Formats: sequence, structure tokens, C-alpha cells
Amino acid sequence: MKGIKALLAVVAAMSISTMAMAQGIDDPARAGHYAAFKGKRVVFVPIAMGFDLTEGWAAGIRSALEPLGVKFEIRDPNWNTDAGAQAITSLIAEKPDAIVVHNPDVQSYARLLKRAEEAGIYVIQVNMRSSYSTDGFAGADYVGMGERIANRLIDKCSPANGGNGKIAIMQGVLTAAASAYQMKGLDNVLSKHPEMKIVSNQAADWDATKARSIMATVLQQHPDLCGGVGFWDVMDVGTGAAIRESGKKVHWITQGGGNQAACDNLNKDVYSEVVSYDVPAQARDIADIIQSLFQNKPKPGATKTTLFSPLTFITKDNMKPGACWTLETKK
Amino acid sequence: MLRAANLTQERIVLVLALVLTAGFAISLPGFLTPENLLALVRSVSVLGVLGIAMALVVIGRGIDLSLVAVMAVSLAWTLNLLANGMPLGIALLLGLGFCLLSGLITGFLVAYVEIPAIFATLAMGTFIYGFGRYFLITLDVVYLPDAARSIVWIGSGAFMGIPVPVLIFAGVCLLGALFLRYVKSGRFIRAIGDNPLAARIAGIPVRPVIVMQYALSGLIGFVAGLVTATSVASMNIRVANSTFVYDVILVVVLGGIGLSGGKGGVRNVIVGTLLIGVLINGMTIMDIQYTVQNVIKSLILLAAIVADTIINPRDEQTAQQGDI
Repeated sequence: MKGIKALLAVVAAMSISTMAMAQGIDDPARAGHYAAFKGKRVVFVPIAMGFDLTEGWAAGIRSALEPLGVKFEIRDPNWNTDAGAQAITSLIAEKPDAIVVHNPDVQSYARLLKRAEEAGIYVIQVNMRSSYSTDGFAGADYVGMGERIANRLIDKCSPANGGNGKIAIMQGVLTAAASAYQMKGLDNVLSKHPEMKIVSNQAADWDATKARSIMATVLQQHPDLCGGVGFWDVMDVGTGAAIRESGKKVHWITQGGGNQAACDNLNKDVYSEVVSYDVPAQARDIADIIQSLFQNKPKPGATKTTLFSPLTFITKDNMKPGACWTLETKK
Repeated sequence: MLRAANLTQERIVLVLALVLTAGFAISLPGFLTPENLLALVRSVSVLGVLGIAMALVVIGRGIDLSLVAVMAVSLAWTLNLLANGMPLGIALLLGLGFCLLSGLITGFLVAYVEIPAIFATLAMGTFIYGFGRYFLITLDVVYLPDAARSIVWIGSGAFMGIPVPVLIFAGVCLLGALFLRYVKSGRFIRAIGDNPLAARIAGIPVRPVIVMQYALSGLIGFVAGLVTATSVASMNIRVANSTFVYDVILVVVLGGIGLSGGKGGVRNVIVGTLLIGVLINGMTIMDIQYTVQNVIKSLILLAAIVADTIINPRDEQTAQQGDI
């Protein structure tokens, strides 16, 4: 008898628990999570839309935040720093909840970003940091990147490894974070290696045509150039064209967001290596910082989060399918 | 005394270019090699081709600020069409058609609506860039698709050791010179530039010739674009927003073609282009920073213009109405 009772009790308990399973239990953090995003507005101020990096970031941030009910807008200054500064100034008055800024150089927006934070707006910087640190930064660690690239060049070109030590550097705009910080990184390593000789260090203004003519001239002077680094894959299409035309073998390392065009160019031997900072992952990092800020609600400017993007050195040999991304799949 | 030596601006610039060349040849080993000289001309050949287009318009007392926008957008559109599977020939024809149409519209605005060229072309340039960016292409940079393999030689090939862009520059110069000298409408351009009213009284069809001027400039722009796109395997339409068009005007004015029209020819463009080429090449060899290069470049250009003003001062006889 006792056994039957016990059995019944077990059956009853089981059925209650299965009933509870069928109804489900509410996630205790869920309602608060969605409430944190209700009616929020995020504005992206890139250097310009219309190229792989900014289009990729915008698509990624939008797809992460819009399902949460966040309104995402873009103010496109189209390569005009003044227009960008104006956009941020008017945003300070409009007071969106967060601004995502892509700095054209380390100085121009620094003071405005501080003002935006003081006005109660979260400011997240993407890929190129200004001299002023804000609530969030997601992007490449350019100093570290410069050091790794310098070491890679030493591997390939140092006389100890069978090269002649002659390398060239093709910068973008001198004042851009990608150029200024990376030069520091390159210098950190190369200054300890006097056998490495920088025969040319020029800025091509992010322009493939300028990069092409600079490299053509450099190769005339130094036909035995061993390798070098360029600061953007889109610009280095020009550098690569000059190298290919000369028929010389130069180990050229370039860098970018890892767009499919970069992988295609590796396959076509336009350059030898691409250092990718993976734009879709950066977009995810930006969205994550924003989500964290909106949920924890610190005072703007009170916390500083830096998320450095993992870097991948892609070559023709180690390239796997899907190593690069296309905008079509991100939209 | 100086007048007797007939020191025109063209000659001053030529002398300056030769002095620089001599200076670089002595101080920079490897400057005077045939390979480097070819690379030098090659690096400015697109600038030179665009200079000829601009010269044709400026000689006819106009100016074409939409030139670079037309070049960039038409080629970017062509590459985009190619990437989407359109046959090469048709894509090229459509690009060429785009240039022609833009030129005709600009010409119509200048000749018939009588908007001053500087405003009409400034507006057209912005419009063409915006229109192309919004309706014709999706990204600023369009890469050369594999379908265009067969035309890559235009920008990166060589014939008998001479890079094709240099040959194209030479060809456009030759055609331009012949056109201005021997073709009736070419001579009309100069007449109109010198004195439009007199040209009209003389029975020259002034308005149609002006339209033709801008159409020609668009066509030459397409050729320059073709060289650019095939030499760097991509087209970046951001160049339309850059100061490139002012470099082109600079080459023209520096060579001695007055903005008031009616003066100068192809030779002036060649001289202006070569001076810029020698400067850039020498400074790149010396590994001078880009920003400093720009400063030195502008100083030398200013020097050339000041020298011209001192040696050939403007007076009532030489000054023309409509001089900018």
C-alpha cells in the first residue's frame, strides 16, 4: 500500500513538472533586456559610405540592433571632414542615444566627441581612434598590427633570412589613425633591426592611382626591392599593378576589412598577404558595446571599453573558403 | 630685351622643366635612365590626356570642371555593367555614350541656355557624380572584372618597350594638334575663343561648335578613364570629388594656355605636363613626404606664373575681356 502511494506521489510530481515544462518558464532578464532598447536611436557617422568597410559596419550594426527595436541612422559626410564635424555638432543638439564614429584622422573630431559625451550621448569609435578615448572602441590595434607586420617583413626580407633588407611603406593619409599608429608599431620593431632599410616611405592618399605611380618610381630606383607594406588593400591594387608590370618579385603585405575583393586579388597575385581585421566581427563588437551600454546605463564617458579585432594574415596558400566576406551576404 | 628673346610662359616652363631635369640628373643617380624617364611620362600620361581635353575647351574660352566626374563615372559604370555580365563591346559603347551625352548636355547648357561654363560644368560635375553614385554603381571603388581581361593592355601593356599609356598620350596629342590646325571646326574653336562675337559675324556656327567642344572633352575623358581603370585594375569614383580636375587645369594654364581663350595649343599642355611629371618623379625618388611634395609643387608653379607676369606684364593690349 505504502509502495503504491509513493508511486502515485512520484507520478503526480512528474506530471506537475511536465506541465510546468509545457508552459515554460520566463527568462527573468528578458523583459528588462528588451525594455533597455525601446525607442533608442543610434547614429553612424562614417568617413563616407560606399566602400567595403563602412557598408559592412553599417549592415552589421543594423542587423544586430534593428531587431531589438533600435532606430539606426547614417549621416554620410562623403569624405568631407568638415561635413562630418557638422554632422556630429548637430547630433549633439539632437541627442541620439549613441553615436558610432569613424574618425578621418586622430585630431579633427576629438573635442566634439568629448562634447557629445558631456551632452549625455554614448560615443563608440570604430577602427580608427581619435586622440580622445570614448565609451567604446572597436577596431584593429594598429600599433600591434604594425609590429606584427614588421616582424613578418623581417622574416621575409632580412639578410639573415636570405633577403636584402630593402622594404617600402605605402601609407594612406599621414594623419589617419591607421597610418600614424601603425608607423609607430613598424618603427618599434624596425628600429631594432638596422639591417632592414626603408627605401621609400610615402603616403598615397588612399588612392590606387597615386600608389601605382609611386611604386613604379620606387621600383626604378630599387629594382631589388624585397618587400613592403601598404595600409589599405583598395589602394594597394595600384601598388600591386606597378609591381606586376615591373615583372619583379616583391613580397607586398596589405591590409583591410577582409572583403572578397582582397581574397580575389590574392588569388590574382596582386599582393602576397592581406592582414584582415574582419569587418563583420567588428560590426558585431560595436553592436555588443552598444548593447552593454544601453543595459548597464553608465554615465557617458564614465567607462572606456576597447575591443581590438583579432587579425588574420591571409595568403594564397592558407586561404580557406569563406576567409573573406561579401557585402551581399551581410545585407 | 627679354621680350626680344620671346620668353613666353611656355618657354619659361620648358626651361624650368629642363633645369629641374638637369638638376635631378646630376644629383639623383638613376633619374636619367630611359626606364625612369618612361615611368615618368607614364605616370603623368592620364593627366596629359585630360589636359588635352581641357585645353580644347579652354582655347574655345570655356572650362570643363565636369571632366574628371565624367571620366570616373562612365568607366565605373562600364566596369559595373561588365561585372554583371554585359558583353565587353556593349559595355564600352554604353560608357562612351554616357560621356558623349554628358558632354552634349553640358555643351547645350553653355551654348544655348548661355550659362557661364564655369557654373554649368561645376553643376554638371556634381550632378554626374551624384547620379552615377546613386543610380549606376553601388560602391565607390569598382574593380576590373575578369571579363575585361582583353583590354588590360591599354593601361598596363607596352609596345616596343614603350608603355601603352605613353603611346596613347602621344596619340591624343597628335590628333589634338592636327584637329586644331587642319580641321575646320578645330580652327573655329580658336576663332571663337579669341572673339566669339567676331566669329559669329564671320558666319561661324558658334553654338554648335561650343557643344562639340564639350562632347570632345567627354570623349577624351573616356579614353583617359580607360587608361586609368586598366592600369590600376579598378576605378574609384571618389576621384571626382578630389582636386584632380584642378591639377588638369593647372597643367593647361601652366603650359601657357590663357583662360581667356584663343591662345595656345597642344605643345603648351605637353610642356606643363612634363614639368609636373619631372617634379613628382624627382621628389618621389628623394622620398620627400607627400605633404611637403605638395608645398614644393605649388611653390614652383607659383614661381612660373610670377615669372610670366614679370616678363610678360598685362596691359591694355594683352588683357582680354572675360579673362579670369
